[in-house]
Amino acid sequence: MSNKPAKPFSIKHLPGFTTIALGCFVLLYAPIITMVVYSFNSGQSVALFEGFSVSWYFEAAKNELVQEAALRSLIIAACASGIATVLATMAALGTTRTRNFPGRTFIYLMINQPLMVPEVVTAVALLIFFASIKVATGYSGLAYLILAHAAFCVPFAYLPIRARMEGMDMALEIAAADLYATPWKTFRRVTLPLVAPGIAAGAMLAFVISLDDVIITEFVKSAGQDTLPTYMLGQLRRAVTPEVNAISTALLAVTVILLTAFFLLSGRNSPAGK
Amino acid sequence: MSDIPTTNAQTTNARQLSALEVRAERERIKRNWLLSMPAMILLLLGASGPLLIVLVYSFMTPGDYSGVIWTPTIKAWFQIFFAVDIFDDTIGLADAHLTIFGRSVRLSLITTFLTLIIGLPTAYFIATRPGRQRTLWLFLITIPFWTNLLIRTFAILEVIRNEGLLNNLLRWLGVIDEPIQILYTDTAVLIGMAYVYLPLMVLPLYASIDRLDFRLVEAGYDLYANRWQVLRRVILPIIKPGIIAGSILVFVPSLGAYVTPRVLGGGKHMMIGNFIELQFGQGRNWPLGSSLSMLLLVIVAVALIFYVRAANRGGSDEQ
Amino acid sequence: MRSKLFALSAAALLAAASPALAEGELNIYNWGNYTSPDLIKKFEAAYNVKVTITDYDSNTTALAKVEAGGHGFDIVVPTNSYVPVYIDKGLLLEARPDQMENFKNVSEQWKNVSWDKGRHYTVPWQWGTTGMAVNKSVYSGDVNTSAIFLDPPEELVGKVNVVPEMNDVMNLAIFYVGGEACTEDKTVLRKVRDLLVEAKPKWLSMDYGTTDKLSSGEYVATVNWNGSTFRARLNNPDVVYGYPKEGYPLWMDSVAILKDAKNVENAKLFMNFIMDPENAAMISAFARYANGIDGSEAYMPEDMKTAPEIVAPKESAAAGQFVPTCSPAARDLYTAIWTELQK
Repeated sequence: MSNKPAKPFSIKHLPGFTTIALGCFVLLYAPIITMVVYSFNSGQSVALFEGFSVSWYFEAAKNELVQEAALRSLIIAACASGIATVLATMAALGTTRTRNFPGRTFIYLMINQPLMVPEVVTAVALLIFFASIKVATGYSGLAYLILAHAAFCVPFAYLPIRARMEGMDMALEIAAADLYATPWKTFRRVTLPLVAPGIAAGAMLAFVISLDDVIITEFVKSAGQDTLPTYMLGQLRRAVTPEVNAISTALLAVTVILLTAFFLLSGRNSPAGK
Repeated sequence: MSDIPTTNAQTTNARQLSALEVRAERERIKRNWLLSMPAMILLLLGASGPLLIVLVYSFMTPGDYSGVIWTPTIKAWFQIFFAVDIFDDTIGLADAHLTIFGRSVRLSLITTFLTLIIGLPTAYFIATRPGRQRTLWLFLITIPFWTNLLIRTFAILEVIRNEGLLNNLLRWLGVIDEPIQILYTDTAVLIGMAYVYLPLMVLPLYASIDRLDFRLVEAGYDLYANRWQVLRRVILPIIKPGIIAGSILVFVPSLGAYVTPRVLGGGKHMMIGNFIELQFGQGRNWPLGSSLSMLLLVIVAVALIFYVRAANRGGSDEQ
Repeated sequence: MRSKLFALSAAALLAAASPALAEGELNIYNWGNYTSPDLIKKFEAAYNVKVTITDYDSNTTALAKVEAGGHGFDIVVPTNSYVPVYIDKGLLLEARPDQMENFKNVSEQWKNVSWDKGRHYTVPWQWGTTGMAVNKSVYSGDVNTSAIFLDPPEELVGKVNVVPEMNDVMNLAIFYVGGEACTEDKTVLRKVRDLLVEAKPKWLSMDYGTTDKLSSGEYVATVNWNGSTFRARLNNPDVVYGYPKEGYPLWMDSVAILKDAKNVENAKLFMNFIMDPENAAMISAFARYANGIDGSEAYMPEDMKTAPEIVAPKESAAAGQFVPTCSPAARDLYTAIWTELQK
């Protein structure tokens, strides 16, 4: 290779792309940062910044409706992500690292359908479905929401687990079988520890997705079953006080923490060639 | 040269599979199905089953304020496209519906286009960063992706409202005197959707560009191509699957968008999602809401089939 | 007490085994921004009941949700024109508020009303009018006309909001073209439809939260209810309320118990509770509408006695009329027009 001249010709550089890219990041973060900044606004208005204060966070924390909505969101997310992760792990075991079998595409379709069906349609479908059940059984507790959330969380849990499994070498499990381990023991002591990061990632993703859901929850909920996002949606249609900013920033913080954990996890434990 | 079967496959085919192998195969299939069953049941209850109910409802007669009367009719489907004028009973095109459809498709297409021209350079930028720096940029683009849709819509609401960031900035710069009414217009919905779905475009594009072998690009330059030609004839064709994936990932959700048009549209600029919801509330027409949902589903399915076929065609170029 | 109830609810939620109705609950379904938080606190303390409030933005939304079933509400607060619809559908419990202790406090004129004879089902909540709310710093012309939203003057084009309450908007439009309430006359309705469809591009939005948006100045003109305008004016003195001279609707919202309510006893307690003059005054003090309970004036804020939103000016008083429940045929026609308007 000949020596490059004084100013290197970068084959990767395309004119204007960097500017647009940086502009894009600015555009993406400007509204978010504005929102965060205004959550510390001491004044009532969402337009004028009057002074720094954390009073809105205390307002939001004291607000019973917010407390309940937050608790409800967490309970639903925990249950839904738990259920979804377990089921997704089982499904991943059944569909990866194995030769094709009749119906596998069908299973893929079923499991991934929440990703393909617009949320509004699912929300409407569940509204109709649950309405009749609620009338028939008279039960209108949280189970409906948990069921709905678990269902659409499954693909989000499934994908990382599957990705992780596909990258795993079957040799270890075959070795275990050679050493007279039963399938269950193999799973418990060889497969599971190896897939664990994928499962953790799947569980976290499912948790975040459930926490974030607006449309399906809005349609399916009964009296007094607000989650944090539906509470905020209600607020947005009426009074927009910095309380919404405070709650949003808090949720954002949770997302950032979970994502950081996710990035660190996948960075540290990636199987070769991730 | 000779016609003696030489490959293992042919030899295997030539002899019967032993009974043990057949049973083992059946066991394997059974095991795989059993493992997948719980997930499938959950999704049947929580997703596909209800969809079938929607399909059934779309063929029923509307109840007075809610629900359906179990009298089959295709009126709900007819009503999507045609309307009987309330006053002179003439059958014409359902203007209201077509406007909403038109708006939804138009806004979704423009959103896809906007996110593409902003997202492509961004994805390219991230993909061409060295090692550790790249993780940082990826992290930065992932945060908005995972931030609650409502929060992002709210954030952009704050920016485009009359006393918001954008108007204040323009006034401060002296470009305008009075705030421009951006909120509650089609433009507001467009800006909102582009903002909300931008990360969805960047990530698949990034995945595609990441796999791009830059030696091909270098070869292009070696052959005296200028930057524009390299972009157009080397890079873009190779990352086409990523472009298509990103476009679908933006087009489909924006077509079915509900929260963003509701918050930013002020009840006046409905998209299909909002219009469907209306049928279950003030519109008092569950079958119409159901048939509209089915229609939306069909449009999305068509778009997805498009994607799968385009991805498969482009797949042969991938390494 | 509150944290104990909170923990109890949390445990009940977690178990999710039986319906989440802890002892002492009440689920109210009411218009948004319409229920006094102080009233609720007082009720909760008096009877050891936990109250949840879910809000709706229009009568039709509420009725649709209630009729669909499985909603979990105990109390709904429909406008008078909708009460017979609820009753006919068998959605309301015949709670016999007329036999309750505090019924004697209800004003004579509201004791026996055409939409609920003898008050077997409902109890007065608040009543008022629908008209125009305008920010006079933007528009200083005549506000006592429905032309504000049906044929907006130049300064207001593109700036008028219209609340998504079908009945109110339809009635205002019908009166504007000279029709009668609940008319089924197709010529009149055609004019109404054309008028509304033509006016819609000149509207800013068709959204709900008018009180706060008028206060903040985000809305400079809107179809609005008198009490909501009153509250906006208290925050923003530039707001004025106009009584459309072409005709405007009078309405009353009443509290009703749903037939499939799970907390009937608590709901009845609530009904009785709000017929007490002091409590009725609390309701009015918050939302700034008149209520139907005698003796509550003594406890209400002073400004309500003279506010133009509450006491209609003499020249405007005649144009108001109580709109009865329309026939199903009329309602279907209005819904059809309304749906056409939604695009």
